[in-house]
Amino acid sequence: MRRFIFLAPVLVFVGLVVYFATPLLRGTDPSIIPSPLIDKPVPAFDLPPLPGYQKGLSSADLKGRVQIVNIFASWCVPCRAEAPALMALKQMDIPIRGIDQKDRPEDALEYLKELGDPYVSIGMDIDRKVSIDWGAYGAPETFIVDAEGRIRYKQAAPITQDDIDDTILPLLKKLTAQ
Amino acid sequence: MIPELGQFALVLAALVALAQSTVPLIGAARGNSRWMALGSSAAIMQCVLILLAFAILAYEHVVSDFTVENVVQNSFAAMPLLYKITGVWGNHEGSMLLWVMILSIYGMLIAVFGGNLPRALKARVLAVQGMIGLGFLGFILATSDPFNRIIDPPVDGEGLNPLLQDPGLAFHPPFLYLGYVGFSVAFSFAVAALIEGRVDPAWARWVRPWTLAAWSALTLGVAMGSWWAYYTLGWGGWWGWDPVENASLMPWLAGTALLHSAIVVEKRDALKSWTILLSILTFSLSLIGTFLVRSGLTTSVHSFALDPRRGIFVLGLLVAATGGALTLYAIRAPSLKMGGLFHPISREGGLVLNNLLLTTMCATVFIGTLYPLFLNALTGKTVSVGPPFFNFCCQLLTPLLVAAMGVGPLLAWKRGDLLGALGRLKFAAAASVIIALAVYYLRSGGPVLAIPALICGLWLIGSALAEVADRVRLFAIPLSHSFARAVALPRSAWGMVLAHAGLGVVIIGMTGTALWTEERIQAMAPGDSVELAGYQVQLQSVGPVKGPNYDAERATFVVTDHGRLVDTLAAERRTVHPQEQAVTNIGIRTNFFADIYAAVGEPDPAKPGAYVTRLYHHPLVPWIWVGAVIMVFGGIVSLTDRRLRIGAPTRRPVGLPDAALTAE
Repeated sequence: MRRFIFLAPVLVFVGLVVYFATPLLRGTDPSIIPSPLIDKPVPAFDLPPLPGYQKGLSSADLKGRVQIVNIFASWCVPCRAEAPALMALKQMDIPIRGIDQKDRPEDALEYLKELGDPYVSIGMDIDRKVSIDWGAYGAPETFIVDAEGRIRYKQAAPITQDDIDDTILPLLKKLTAQ
Repeated sequence: MIPELGQFALVLAALVALAQSTVPLIGAARGNSRWMALGSSAAIMQCVLILLAFAILAYEHVVSDFTVENVVQNSFAAMPLLYKITGVWGNHEGSMLLWVMILSIYGMLIAVFGGNLPRALKARVLAVQGMIGLGFLGFILATSDPFNRIIDPPVDGEGLNPLLQDPGLAFHPPFLYLGYVGFSVAFSFAVAALIEGRVDPAWARWVRPWTLAAWSALTLGVAMGSWWAYYTLGWGGWWGWDPVENASLMPWLAGTALLHSAIVVEKRDALKSWTILLSILTFSLSLIGTFLVRSGLTTSVHSFALDPRRGIFVLGLLVAATGGALTLYAIRAPSLKMGGLFHPISREGGLVLNNLLLTTMCATVFIGTLYPLFLNALTGKTVSVGPPFFNFCCQLLTPLLVAAMGVGPLLAWKRGDLLGALGRLKFAAAASVIIALAVYYLRSGGPVLAIPALICGLWLIGSALAEVADRVRLFAIPLSHSFARAVALPRSAWGMVLAHAGLGVVIIGMTGTALWTEERIQAMAPGDSVELAGYQVQLQSVGPVKGPNYDAERATFVVTDHGRLVDTLAAERRTVHPQEQAVTNIGIRTNFFADIYAAVGEPDPAKPGAYVTRLYHHPLVPWIWVGAVIMVFGGIVSLTDRRLRIGAPTRRPVGLPDAALTAE
């Protein structure tokens, strides 16, 4: 019995290590916070357009076909990194809608001029309220919305060519086929 | 060429650490004194090499050598010199280098000042230090090389994270690490004692100063971190129960317990295996502190390393250090000789209660911090345990701890007189109740919780004073004799009194700010004014200003008290270049009893010309940090105790080390 008391600390420690090491060794990234909005309809919103643009973005625009929604901002450096990937998606005629988060309109226009405009339409989310409704805690974040207007996928990191090939295109194909 | 020299120094240091962790250990087992002596020279050599590497990295930052990746990512040419230097450890690689540098300095200090240690114990302690050094040097060389070069050097760097460009945060990591790493000494002594199979009062007397030094540094480090959070993050709070904050609190709680249990080993030769276990746990929690921040296991504002490979390496180190030490503990600790017996009502009993409460608090924080990860591992759910849980548990345990802290020091060793002790504390108890009620009445109310909370703080100060009054026999003998007695009191006694009273001051500060804070959040245009805790705060103007590496909008507030000007406060919302990151700069007016705190936010889209402003009145908040500084001062006073300075501890001669192992 007395021996066991001295053995207890190391046993407890082994238990803790097994718990915490498993997700690390499995390669699950703990920074990925699953979105509770997956498979839920997009939140209702209506955002105004950028100055000089015709159309803003509202939840009604996200019905009828499979689309990508991308939250971005001119001040966000990783957004710049994913800009070429978004342009590549545009080349494939995939519709992308933009939510411009917490941005000055003139900066956003400058940003689109510099890096290209991959968006079908953009809504200005100046106070970040809509982004928060989408469960976004930063930029860039990318969502795939199905034809019924339900969020089916979320990526809270810049999109790379690998993401497009391995995840986005297969999912778009599957959703379009449904 | 110069950065490569730094890398070379690190590789050499790792090789020296390898020698340090093996040769003296074998020497100690075989009784070969030359092999044992290698430990000291290796520890000094390792320290010199790591200091050289650190100096080289600092030099690269100061001269802005943009061929080094670390400099590019964390510095830029126009940054003030202070932040170029503190930027050395304001990033993952540099802070790990700081970590091993401090470790090697502690190793060097053991080698230089450990002259009166028995040779075998010193050799084993240095060998264990060498193993820790080897592990972390390996970590740096394998995953976090600070001297990595860039093939195509840019013209300018990316700049240091603007949040880190602040004097409070700049010096927070060195003190935190002095504390974290300082506990490695207690750990090494514990492991060495387990290998040797004996723990005695002399052992505790060697361990205590190191623990005390580490505890003082950690207290200061934690206080600096919370001060920084208070005055830069702009939400008016000073502690958020953030995982990274908790990671620094857990070693502090365990270290405080260790500090106290080591006294029992030193004075009474009891609680030996518990003290060994606490030494191991305290350093393990320090490692977990490093692990939590470095692995990205919990995401939080503080983490700047999100690399799973590093996480696995640190986890490996943790398993080797803690797992190894605990296994050794399981094998050797049962055969440690039992120490002196004592009655539950005694100084020892008080210290045991203190240890139980501190470790319970530590376990609570541990569970609260890691429970979300547990749940995630089990069910995939993501939750977070909020401040209410931690606050509830602390409010439950603190009064017990505080009560014991007042009574314990007045109890005698072995068998104490509880009624006698309480009798000597009756004035302190009465005074704290009366003052708390008076303060509550003068504040004209507020939450009733303030009364017990204030009594806790005042009781600590009062009982510390009562302890001194008792020891100098104040008013029982002529004042001049009392004064002479006060001067003659051991410094460790003064240190204890200061540290306990300091905690009382901290608790009063926490109470004031937690329960009586007034907050006003609104949109204000220049000319608007708001009433705050009896003051009128008027937004006078908002205008652009330019700093060395930022542009800002500065809001000027005028604070008046019934028409009399109190102060003007300037709060800024800065955009720091080149990252274009927004940083708030707070305006604070303090009069030691309360802070007026002003922050300016974004322009209000609904009201042209208006800005979102946050104004706070924080009663007693400066006392938190004043109290923490008093505690640190207590630690330093205790460190200068004669017994620790020159009292060369001598061991009673014992034949073979194994003789101590036989009795169970």
